[in-house]
Amino acid sequence: MVRLTIQSIDSKSLHQELLKDTENCGGNVIFEGRVRNVSHGKPVAALSYECYEPMALKIMENIRQEALKKWKVENIIAVHRHGDIPLGETTVWIGVASAHRAEAFEACRFMIDEIKAKVPIWKKENYTDGTYVWAHQSC
Amino acid sequence: MRIRVLLFAGLREKTGTGEMILELPDGCRLSDLQGRLGLEKQTWSPLAFAVNQSYVPSDTPLKDGDEVALIPPVAGG
Repeated sequence: MVRLTIQSIDSKSLHQELLKDTENCGGNVIFEGRVRNVSHGKPVAALSYECYEPMALKIMENIRQEALKKWKVENIIAVHRHGDIPLGETTVWIGVASAHRAEAFEACRFMIDEIKAKVPIWKKENYTDGTYVWAHQSC
Repeated sequence: MRIRVLLFAGLREKTGTGEMILELPDGCRLSDLQGRLGLEKQTWSPLAFAVNQSYVPSDTPLKDGDEVALIPPVAGG
């Protein structure tokens, strides 16, 4: 399952969802990305994410399918939040359920790296001094 | 032909719009949009491109009804 949401990410219910029907899995890996209070040495007030929703969902699902093919894992859930996200809150949640830990770690690492590299989502870093930058962009 | 162009993030702010409809002569390629939109090389060159929600190279020929996205460097996570 992949999902984009403007609501807070409820990691407890996602965790339950990951565990459902995976009693044969003995190794689960969860990655949570959250809003840091500093970036490039400047204090951060909040992040705003913008996304190209239909394509972002499509690319996230492509990445998920690739991971399911590449590693012997039972289930992968990936959720990315967009809109304004306050300090400390979760921006991205990835859960992988697998029989053994090695595949779960590798598949989870692959998911987050590929999501960061390919999914059309943009991050605006709003600083406490009122300035902002779009991450990785000069304009 | 008529195409829909979507712009995002810093590029959307720079051009002042997130979406435009363009009338183009047949035979146009994605790369022709740089001139059509009056974008400088330094703005254009970091972009990736999608047509109908799939990544494509910049020399892709366009056709009537295409949804073209100009994609600045992504930064999810």
